[in-house]
Amino acid sequence: MTTVETATGAAKTMVLNMGPQHPSTHGVLRILLELDGETVVKAIPDLGYLHTGIEKSCEDKTYSQAITLTDRMDYLNPLGNNLVYCLAVEKLLGLEVPKRAQYIRVMMVELQRISSHLVWLGTHAIDLGAMSVFLYCFREREEILKIFEMFAGQRMMTSYIRIGGLSVDVPTGWRAAVERFLKMMPSRVDEYEKLLTENRIWMGRTQGVGYISADDAIALSMTGPTLRAAGVPYDNRKYFPYSSYEEFDFDVPTRTESDCFARYLVRVSEMRESLKIIRQALGKISNEGPVMAEAPGVIPPQREKMKTEMEALIYHFKIFTEGFSPAPGEAFVTIESPRGELGCFIASDGSPKPLRAHFRGPSYINLQALPKLIEGQLISDVIACIGTIDIVLGEVDR
Amino acid sequence: MTESSNQNANVVAEQLRSWNAKAVVEVIEFRGETTIVVPRELLRATAVRCREEGALQYNLLTDATCVDRYPHEPRFELNYHLVSIPRREKVRLKVRLSGSDPVVDSLVPVWPGANWLEREIFDLFGIRFNGHPDLRRILLPDDWEGHPLRRDYPVQGYRDVPNTGELFRKSTTT
Repeated sequence: MTTVETATGAAKTMVLNMGPQHPSTHGVLRILLELDGETVVKAIPDLGYLHTGIEKSCEDKTYSQAITLTDRMDYLNPLGNNLVYCLAVEKLLGLEVPKRAQYIRVMMVELQRISSHLVWLGTHAIDLGAMSVFLYCFREREEILKIFEMFAGQRMMTSYIRIGGLSVDVPTGWRAAVERFLKMMPSRVDEYEKLLTENRIWMGRTQGVGYISADDAIALSMTGPTLRAAGVPYDNRKYFPYSSYEEFDFDVPTRTESDCFARYLVRVSEMRESLKIIRQALGKISNEGPVMAEAPGVIPPQREKMKTEMEALIYHFKIFTEGFSPAPGEAFVTIESPRGELGCFIASDGSPKPLRAHFRGPSYINLQALPKLIEGQLISDVIACIGTIDIVLGEVDR
Repeated sequence: MTESSNQNANVVAEQLRSWNAKAVVEVIEFRGETTIVVPRELLRATAVRCREEGALQYNLLTDATCVDRYPHEPRFELNYHLVSIPRREKVRLKVRLSGSDPVVDSLVPVWPGANWLEREIFDLFGIRFNGHPDLRRILLPDDWEGHPLRRDYPVQGYRDVPNTGELFRKSTTT
C-alpha cells in the first residue's frame, strides 16, 4: 500500500496498474507494470492489503491461544501453520511429542499438501484458460476437506495440531476414509496429467516462461517447488527432518528447466510422493496410544482427571487463566510447507506470552522474485508467473 | 543439545575468530540452535565471510527478524537465520542495537533476498538499513505513524479508545 515512482525515463512506456482486485493475483496483490508495447520493462509488487498484524496479536495472547491465529495466515495450509508454531513452542519447552501423534501430524500435513497443490493446480490452470482442471481439482480437494472435518470438526481452520500433540484422538472410521482417498487419488492425478502434461496450449503457455537460475533463486532466498524446479533438492523434510520425517521413505522431485512447466511437473510429482508418505503413515499409526505429551502445567489434563483429581483441577485452572511460561530463549523451526520453507521464530522472556512470534512465510519471500521472473517477458506471462510461485496473500501480508 | 550442533557452533565460531578476533562477541547455544552475536560494525563483513568461506558456505538467508526487548537496553536484536544447503547446517547471526541509534548495514549486497525482509523490519520496528536500495514501508501505508511491532506500541494502536473505567465510575456515583 504505497505510492511508487515507476517511470524509468524511456519514451514509449506505459504504466499499468494490475490489481489489487485482479482475479489472477489470487488475493489482493497489486503490481505496477511498466510496459513497452506488450513487454514488461519493470514490475513493482505492492502488498499489505491483507495485513492483519498477526505477529503483534500473538504477543498479546498466551502460547496456546495463538494457535488459532496461525490457521489464518496461509489459509491453504492451516495444519502446516499449526505444526510449525507448535514445533517452535515445543522446542522452547523441550517437550517430546508421542510418536503416534507425530505420525498423525505427518499424515495430516501431507493431506494438506495435496489439497493445497490441488487449489494451486486448479487456479493456475484456470488462469491460463483450462477450465475443466479446476473443477476436477476441487472435486478431490473436497474429499480431503471431508477427512479434515472428520478429524477436527472443521474443514479449513482446523487448529487440530496443538502444543504437545493433537486436540483430539482420531475419529472412528478414519482409517477407511483415508484408505478410500488413497485408492482414488492416484488415478485422479493421472487424469490431471492427461489433461495438461502433453496439452499443446498448456506447454505453450508454460514452457520457457518465468526462468530463474538456481543461483539467483538461492540468492533471492527462494525455497520450495520453485527452487527444486531449478535443480536444488532443498527440502526441509530431508535436510532438517521434523516430526519423524526421517522414518519415511520418499523422493524429492527435482527438475532443471526452472520454468513454469518444470514447477508444474515438480508439484504434480510431489502429490504422488505425499500419497506415498500417507500410505506409510497409515501403517505406522497404531489404533491405541497417546496423542498428547505428558507435561503437567503445560498440557491441559484430561477431562476425567480434571473432574476427579485436585492437582489436575489446579493445573487446568492455571493453564487456562495464566498459561505456561517457557524458559527464556529463542527457537527457530522450519518445515516444508506446500509453498516452501515455512519458519516460525519465537522469543520467550520467561512470561506466559511470547515476547516475539515471527513467521517466515514462503509466499512472502518467493514473491520477491516476481520482478526477476517477469521483467523482459510478455504481459500475458505475468499471469503464468504469479500462478507458478503459488502465493497465498494471507501469508504474504500476515 | 545434540552433538552435531555443538560441533557446528565450534566450526562457525572458530572460523570467524580466526578471520577476525572481534567478529564473535558471544556464542549462545540453546535447544540445539547456535547463535553467534556479531558487533554491529562487522555484520556485513561477517555475513560475506559466512557466505564465501569454503568451510561455512551459508548460501541461503532464510529469515531475518527483530526482537524488541524494551525497556532493556540495547533494546533491539536483529536475527539473521542462515542455512548452508551443501553442509546441511543452520546458524543464527545476532546483532544488538540501541534504541537511540537503530541503524545497521544492509545485507542486500550479500543476499538480494534480504531486501523485503529488511523492509519489513524497517516498517514494523523502525530500524534503518545503510545501503538498502529501496527502504520503504512494505506492509503498512506510507503515512502510517509509528512502528507497530515495537513493544511500546499499544496492541490496539494509537486510537481514542473510550475510557470505560471513567464511565463505570460515573454511573456508580450518580
